[in-house]
Amino acid sequence: MCASNKQEAMNDDQDMRRSVEELRRTFKSGKTRSVDWRKEQLRAVLRFIQENEDTLFKLLQSELGKHPIESYRDEIGVVKKSANNALNCIDQWVSPKKGRLPLIFFPASRKVLPEPLGLVLIIGSWNFPISLTLDPLIGAISAGNTVVIKPSELSPNCASFLAQVLPSYLDRQAIKVIEGGREVANELLQYKWDKIFFTGSKKVGQIVMAAAANNLTPVTLELGGKCPAIFDILPNSVLKVAAKRVVSGKWGACAGQACIGIDYMLVEQKFASTLIEELKKTIKRFYGDDVKNLRNLAKIINKGHFDRLRSFLEDPAVANSIVYGGSFDETRLIIEPTILLDPPLDAEIMNEEIFGPLLPIITMDNIEDSIEFINSKPKPLALYAFTKNENFKKRILDETSSGSVTFNDTMVQFVCDDLPFGGVGQSGFGRYHGKYSFDTFSHEKAVLERSYYFELEPRHPPWSSFKLQFLRFVYNYDYVGMVLLLLGLKRPSNS
Amino acid sequence: MASEEETKTSSPVFDAEAASCLMKELRGTFIAGKTKSFEWRSSQLKSLLKMVEDSDKQICDALFSDLSKPEMEAYIHEIAMIKSSCKLALKKLKDWMKAEKAKTNLGSFPSSAEIVPEPLGVVLVISAWNYPLLLSVDPVIGAIAAGNAVVLKPSELAPAMSSLLAKLFGKYLDNSAIKVIEGAVPETTALLEQKWDKIFYTGNGRVGRIVMAAAAKNLTPVVLELGGKSPVLVDSNIDLAVTARRIVSGKWGCNNGQACVAPDYIITTKKYAPVLIDSLKHNLVKFFGEDPLNSPDLSRLGHSNHFARLKNLLDDDKLAGKIIHGGQSDKSNLKIAPTIVLDAPEDSLIMNEEIFGPLLPIVTVEKIEDGIEFINSRPKPLAAYVFTNTKPLKEEFVSKISAGGVVINDVTLHLMVDTLPFGGIGDSGMGAYHGKFSFDAFSHKKAVLYRGFFGDAPARYPPYTPGKLRLLKALLDGSLFGIIRALFGFS
Repeated sequence: MCASNKQEAMNDDQDMRRSVEELRRTFKSGKTRSVDWRKEQLRAVLRFIQENEDTLFKLLQSELGKHPIESYRDEIGVVKKSANNALNCIDQWVSPKKGRLPLIFFPASRKVLPEPLGLVLIIGSWNFPISLTLDPLIGAISAGNTVVIKPSELSPNCASFLAQVLPSYLDRQAIKVIEGGREVANELLQYKWDKIFFTGSKKVGQIVMAAAANNLTPVTLELGGKCPAIFDILPNSVLKVAAKRVVSGKWGACAGQACIGIDYMLVEQKFASTLIEELKKTIKRFYGDDVKNLRNLAKIINKGHFDRLRSFLEDPAVANSIVYGGSFDETRLIIEPTILLDPPLDAEIMNEEIFGPLLPIITMDNIEDSIEFINSKPKPLALYAFTKNENFKKRILDETSSGSVTFNDTMVQFVCDDLPFGGVGQSGFGRYHGKYSFDTFSHEKAVLERSYYFELEPRHPPWSSFKLQFLRFVYNYDYVGMVLLLLGLKRPSNS
Repeated sequence: MASEEETKTSSPVFDAEAASCLMKELRGTFIAGKTKSFEWRSSQLKSLLKMVEDSDKQICDALFSDLSKPEMEAYIHEIAMIKSSCKLALKKLKDWMKAEKAKTNLGSFPSSAEIVPEPLGVVLVISAWNYPLLLSVDPVIGAIAAGNAVVLKPSELAPAMSSLLAKLFGKYLDNSAIKVIEGAVPETTALLEQKWDKIFYTGNGRVGRIVMAAAAKNLTPVVLELGGKSPVLVDSNIDLAVTARRIVSGKWGCNNGQACVAPDYIITTKKYAPVLIDSLKHNLVKFFGEDPLNSPDLSRLGHSNHFARLKNLLDDDKLAGKIIHGGQSDKSNLKIAPTIVLDAPEDSLIMNEEIFGPLLPIVTVEKIEDGIEFINSRPKPLAAYVFTNTKPLKEEFVSKISAGGVVINDVTLHLMVDTLPFGGIGDSGMGAYHGKFSFDAFSHKKAVLYRGFFGDAPARYPPYTPGKLRLLKALLDGSLFGIIRALFGFS
C-alpha cells in the first residue's frame, strides 16, 4: 500500500468515526424518537424509490441482468409496499400495549412500551441490493433508530447509487450509507452498535456475530440454505401452474441467486419425467432455449461466482446427470437454466447452497420419504411443497423445520407483511417484514406503575410465619384466605 | 442427603467427548419427536410442579446452605415464583401452541397464512448462583413448554442447589430429554462447544461475551440475562415511609442485594438526601435489627471471591469518610452489613461496577431532573426505578430512560408480572422471558402460506411486458382498482 493510499484509509477511518459519533449524538438528541420524524423519513424512502425508479431499473439491469419487471417485483415494489405499510401502521406499532394485573398488585398498571434500540447497522447483500438494504431500513426508521447502511460491494453500482443519492432524501444526521469492502465492514464491526442486521452467507454471519459478542450487541442473521421443493404427483390440470411457479421460484428471482430460491427438488421416480418435461416447456417459454439469446434471466453476479457454479458441474458424475441446459456464456456471465436428475448425493452440489440457476431433482420411491431427506440436512430458510394431500401437508408442517413453509407456490411468502421472514438453525435467526421489522429494531420496555396506597406489608422483613402463610395465599390468588388470615380467622400453618 | 453424595462421586469427568455423547442422545430424542407433543410437555410441567411442591423443605435447606437465604425469601422469590410460572404454563400451553392466523395480501391471493410455533431443538440453560432455583428452573419451564430437549447447567457457586437439582431432575423428569450437567468452567466449556439450538444464559457480561462468541461459531441464537447498575431515582414529594420500606426490602430483602434487578444506587436531591437516609436507616433497623450481621432475615454473600470483591469496593480510598451507615463485615460467615455510602466519587470503584451486594451508594444532584442525565450517561441497566408523584417526571423517566424494565414507585416487582417481558437491553443483555415470552424465547415462529392453484397472476412470470409491470404495481400496492384497470389494459 503506497503512502497516499494509507493516508486515504486513515482519513476514511476518521470519517467513519466522525459519522458514527454524529449518529450517536443525533440519537441522544431524541430527534429520531418522534413519530413525525419517522413518518417523514419513510415518506422520503418512498420518494427516493419513486423518483429513481428508472435509474434503479437500469442499474439492476446492468449489474445483475434483472428485467425491470423482475426488479419491480423483487425490489422496488417490495420497498414501496413495505414503506406504505409502515406508514399506515406506525401509529399503532408505537403505541404501548397496556394490560391488566392480578389484584394483588392493586393499585398498579402495566404496559409494554416499544422503544428504539439506538444506533443500528444494516449490512446488505448483492443479490437484492435495493430491497435487502431498504426493507430493513424501513424497520429501523419505523422503530426510531439512527442507522448505518453498508451495501454490498459486490453490486458496486447499486451501492454507490445508494451512497450518493439516498442521503439527499433522508436526514443525513441520522441515516448514513457507508460504502466499502471487507476492510470497511471489519472496521464497522469494531464499533458498538445497538443492533446489527446482516443478510448474507453463513461464513460472514459467524464473523458478524463473533464481533457483536465483544460488545454484547444483538444480531439478526438472514442467511440462506438449501431450500427444498417437494413435488407430489399432481393432476394435469394444475401441473402447468405448478411448473410455472417452480420455474419462477428457481430462475425467476435473480437467476437462482436468492436466499429463498428453490435449491433442489424432490419428486417420485415415476413422476420425474412428466415434471421435467413440463419444466423444460416452461423454461423455453419464459427464457428461450439458446444460451446466447436467453431473455428475462438475470446474470451471475461475478466471475468468481460464475466459476463456483461451473465447478459444481466439473464432477463427471454430476455433469452426467444433466438432463437439460448446462451451457455457459462466460462473456455475459449467463448460465442456462439447468436441470440435473439424481446427481450423487455426496457431490458438492447437493451439500452446498447452490445460489444459481442449477436445479438438481432427486427422485424417491415415495414422496413422503422427502421428509426424512430434508431432515437429514440443516434447516432451510424456506420449504416449498406442491401437493394436494392434506395429510402430507400436515406431516410436513409437524415433522420438518424451516424458516417458512409455502404450499403450492414459491417466493410469495416474501411479500406477506403479516408473516415473519427469517431463518432457523443454519438459515439464521431473528425475523422481519411488517410489524416484525419494527419489533426487530425495538426494545420492548416493561413498565410497571404503582401507587403508595395499600401496601402489602408481608412483602417486607422481618419475616414471620404469618407473612409466609399470607404470601402463600397471595401466590395462589386466594383472596378469601388472605382476608381470613388478616382477620385472624385462620391460623398460619408452617408446612 | 447421603444418596446425593453417592451420585456425585460416581459421576465421571464431563469432557468434550461426554458433551458430544450427551448431545447425540438428546438430539436423538428430539428428532424422534417425543418432546413435541402436548402430552409430553404438560406431563413434564406437571412433574416439575410436583417436584417443587414435594421438595419445599430440601429446596429451602439448599438455599440456606448456599446463601443462608431466609425461608421466607426462599419461598417468595424462588419456590412460589416457580410454582406460579409452572401453573401458568400448564394453563396456557394449549393457547401458546396454537398456530396464529396471519393476513395475506392481494399479491398472493387466494391464499391463507398462519404462524406455527415450533420447538428449536436441543437447548442449553446456564444459570446463576444468586437465585439458583428460580434462574435454573424458570427458563427450563419455557424450554419444556416450547417442546425442546434441554440441558441445565446450574451454577457451581451454589453447590447444594446444583446437586439437589441434578437429583430431583433425575427423579422427576424424563431424562431422555431433560438433563442436568453439574460443573464449573471446564464442563461449561465442553458444553459450549456443542451445537445448540439456543443458549439461555443468566450471569455477568464477561461470561455473556464468551457464551455469545462460542454461540457464533455455530450460529446459535442466545438469550443473555445480565445485570447492570439499576438506579433508583427518588423525588421529594413522595410517601417517604412506603418508599423507604420498598427500597430497603428490594435492596436487602432480596438476597441481600445479590439480585440482577436489585437497586444498585439511589439518586436524590442534595436537600432531600438526609431525610431519605434517616428513613432508610430506620427501616434497616426495623427489618434486620441492631446487629444485622446476625440477622436471620439477611442472606449471606454467595462465595468468598464475591466477599473479597465487595470488601474491595468498600475499602476503596475514594470512599474514605463517605460510609454513613453499616460497613461491618464478617469474613468467616461471608457477611457484610447493609451499608449506605453518600456521595461516592464518580470515579470510585463502587460507582463503576455492578455492586451485587449489600452496599448502597446515594448520589445527590441539585435538581431531580439531573438524575435522568446521570443515568443516561451510563450503560443501559436491567431495571430503572423512580419514586415520584409528579406526572411530568414519571413521563420523562419512562420515555427517556432506556432500561430492560421500568418500575414507578416500587422496585423489583415487575419481575413477578408474567405479562411483562423480562430481559435487558444493551449491556444488560438481550432477549426476554417470563410467561408467554418464555415460550417464545424457545420457539421458532414458522411462517406458513397455503396457496391454491387458482388465481395465478401471470404478471409474475416472464416473458415480461409493460402491461405486466402495471398489474404487478397494482398488486403490490394492494389497489383493487389498479388491478382491474391493468387487467383491462387501461392506463
